[in-house]
Amino acid sequence: MTVLAHPGRAGTGLTGTGVLATLALRRDRIGLAAAVYVITAGVAVTAWTLKRLYPTPAGRAALAGTAGANPALRFLYGRPDGTSLGSITTWRYGVWAGLFAALLAIFLVIRHTRSDEEAGRLELAGSAAVGRQAPLVAALVTAAAGVGAVSVLLCAVLPLTGLPAAGSALLALGIGCCGLAFTGIAAVAAQLASGARAARGIALGVLGAAFVLRGVGDAAGANGPSWLSWASPLAWIQLARPFAASDPWVLALPLAVGAAGTGLAFALAAHRDQGAGLLPDRPGRATASAALRGPFGLAWRLQRGALAGWAAGYAFIFAVCGAAAKGIGQLLGTSTALEREFTRLGGQAAITNAYLAALMLLAGLVAAAYAVSVIGRLRAEETGEAAEPVLATATGRVRWALSHIAVAAGGAALLLAVAGVAAGLGYGLRTGSAGTWVARMTGAALGQLPSAVVLAAVAIALFGLLPRASVGGAWTALGLVVVISLFGQALQLSHWILDVSPFSHAPRLPGGPVQAAPLLWLCAVALALSAAGLAGLRRRDIG
Amino acid sequence: MANAIEIRALRKSFGRTAALDGLDLEVRAGEVHAFLGPNGAGKTTTIRILLGLLRKDAGEAELLGGDPWRDAVTLHRRLAYVPGDVTLWPGLTGGEIIDLLGRLRGGLDSKRRQALTERFQLDPAKKARAYSKGNRQKVALIAALASDAELLLLDEPTAGLDPLMEATFRDCITEERQAGRTVLLSSHILAEAEALSDRVTIIRAGRAVETGTLAEMRHLTRDLVDAELAGPVRLDGLPGVHDLVTEGLRVRCEVDHGALDEVLGRLHQAGVRTLTCRPPTLEELFLRHYYSAERTVAGAPR
Repeated sequence: MTVLAHPGRAGTGLTGTGVLATLALRRDRIGLAAAVYVITAGVAVTAWTLKRLYPTPAGRAALAGTAGANPALRFLYGRPDGTSLGSITTWRYGVWAGLFAALLAIFLVIRHTRSDEEAGRLELAGSAAVGRQAPLVAALVTAAAGVGAVSVLLCAVLPLTGLPAAGSALLALGIGCCGLAFTGIAAVAAQLASGARAARGIALGVLGAAFVLRGVGDAAGANGPSWLSWASPLAWIQLARPFAASDPWVLALPLAVGAAGTGLAFALAAHRDQGAGLLPDRPGRATASAALRGPFGLAWRLQRGALAGWAAGYAFIFAVCGAAAKGIGQLLGTSTALEREFTRLGGQAAITNAYLAALMLLAGLVAAAYAVSVIGRLRAEETGEAAEPVLATATGRVRWALSHIAVAAGGAALLLAVAGVAAGLGYGLRTGSAGTWVARMTGAALGQLPSAVVLAAVAIALFGLLPRASVGGAWTALGLVVVISLFGQALQLSHWILDVSPFSHAPRLPGGPVQAAPLLWLCAVALALSAAGLAGLRRRDIG
Repeated sequence: MANAIEIRALRKSFGRTAALDGLDLEVRAGEVHAFLGPNGAGKTTTIRILLGLLRKDAGEAELLGGDPWRDAVTLHRRLAYVPGDVTLWPGLTGGEIIDLLGRLRGGLDSKRRQALTERFQLDPAKKARAYSKGNRQKVALIAALASDAELLLLDEPTAGLDPLMEATFRDCITEERQAGRTVLLSSHILAEAEALSDRVTIIRAGRAVETGTLAEMRHLTRDLVDAELAGPVRLDGLPGVHDLVTEGLRVRCEVDHGALDEVLGRLHQAGVRTLTCRPPTLEELFLRHYYSAERTVAGAPR
């Protein structure tokens, strides 16, 4: 009787949204809080650092002038809009904070729609008294809550660094609205693709295109296609001109994109079956190719797509950053504090060398992150029970682990080589000596490889010896090393702590000396850690 | 080597829970051995120890004459395994996975692969993410059955298969037995075990509570007697008669083997209209083990 008494309620399709959204927030409480914190802290620390580095209006004016004149820097960060501290903060971090908010939104939406659908969890939830639209609404609510939290926190925190409240609010809203725009875009992507990976790929592709459009538009000269920026949600944060002639109506654009995306997603969702996408799943091979043979063939097959994506990203970013090296000395000359910092970070040679060396340090750290993520796949295969059928064949545990370890080490080497070649080309082509710089930068990048491999080896050791804590432990170790490498000297940490980071022992190239001993030591440490991990793996239970 | 699997007093704990508590299991070469028990009884743990994925705490386990932990890789060339919950790599097609698992094991009969793919009606060109549970199960089954392994370890292999495919699976297992392969079939589908297996082991809370051929197991238990009589009969109080139900001239009871002669004599005296006397089905045997055990545990003073 009660059921018949509420036919309208059953028909809304929204029944159960609250429960699902609460469940999503409950499942993500740690990761979501951490992501919100990192994005907020990134903006706040940027504002605080810029205040310290450029205390005078004259210094900031010089910075804005030089940065505005360098197309590569305009590509990376956008156009400086005024010389106040707020304007400089918006220039330096506005686009990137928007990018991170968009990433957060994309990962949340896909995770709570397609990933759950793929895992069959939505089916279970959907069989309960849950409306047809409820899971999508719950995912959108979760993503909106995440980017909304970023906005609210920034509104509160930015004025604490001394920025005007009105401008802070507009910047914070701009970043949040960018997240909302990509919430809508991700919702559409989730309907188009047939799986979580593909959906994430579509949404990330749109984000990448938005970054390039904005970059090209911002980098364009007076007669170039600078209108392109208006086509990119990432540019709207700066186009709303916080801390300058504020223009809040621009933020209607991301809100409109978000709303349109959401509407489209609901319309599309009504036309597809659970578990299927609107874009058809292409059939694959009915038999395995000769390359899919043995554990190494399998590991390569599982990881090659991701590696190709990473390599493309590396080539793009480091080519642009390398190109930005020309004229970097001029830019750094605007801040004595920054000049000191850069010379300390990258060795004592010329500022350009220091900048390029710092760039290679970044390449090394990110390559280490890649390697750690590849090793993490071992644990994911183990707990996801995909490792079990492999280990039940004539494949030993060590060989199985080595197959992914080979991808981690080889992939890190490939990424660093790409970074070196791209940065060398980017800088060399602009200075007219590409050949020399490609060789020099490739060497410089590969000098980071042993340090990156040490971090992968830490992940291997944890995987073998402390499997339950291995993924969290490896990423914590990486986080500590990143903090020590980037901020250790600024924080005046003791030598003992600095020496913990393998990147403290990597040669600072170009410009610095190369010593064989530290590199050999790093290799020895990596081998010892890996051997300990593999020995542990041989001894422990799987699963 | 008469036994493909020999397990004695095997123990394995996860933290404080004892998954296996002194398990004995003996699978003879060339037989289909059903390994029965409800969820959580320790069937999967046993198989994972046999696969060398888990390390035993105590006891002995021998697989194809070798040590499942130490000789894992060499032993795995001679066996094929179908997990109960098949997880596949979503980006690979079913055909690719079948070939890959075959190559990892050291070879695959491509003719058998083809034939089995047709028999199980699997579309091998589909990506694994598009497969239903039953289709994922088929991928693992085809990969295992197309190998020339001498031992098949099957952990609830028909979960998710439709009745038609289940029948195909039974045909395949019957053929495997005729070809001389040994099969350990872990299951809780008793009709399947009854139809396929030579011998049965029932496991409860990590311990084997019953093992033997179905005939042997039935011999040790009571027969079910159901009769309509011409006149009244007195059976209550007779030793060996249990669970007696009398409804007018109809009687139903369970009778120990030793008392059967006496009971039938009294029924005959009363005059028999209809009579069925049959051994219990595997399901009844199984349920009886579990119910009686639960009652014992529940009734035990703690």
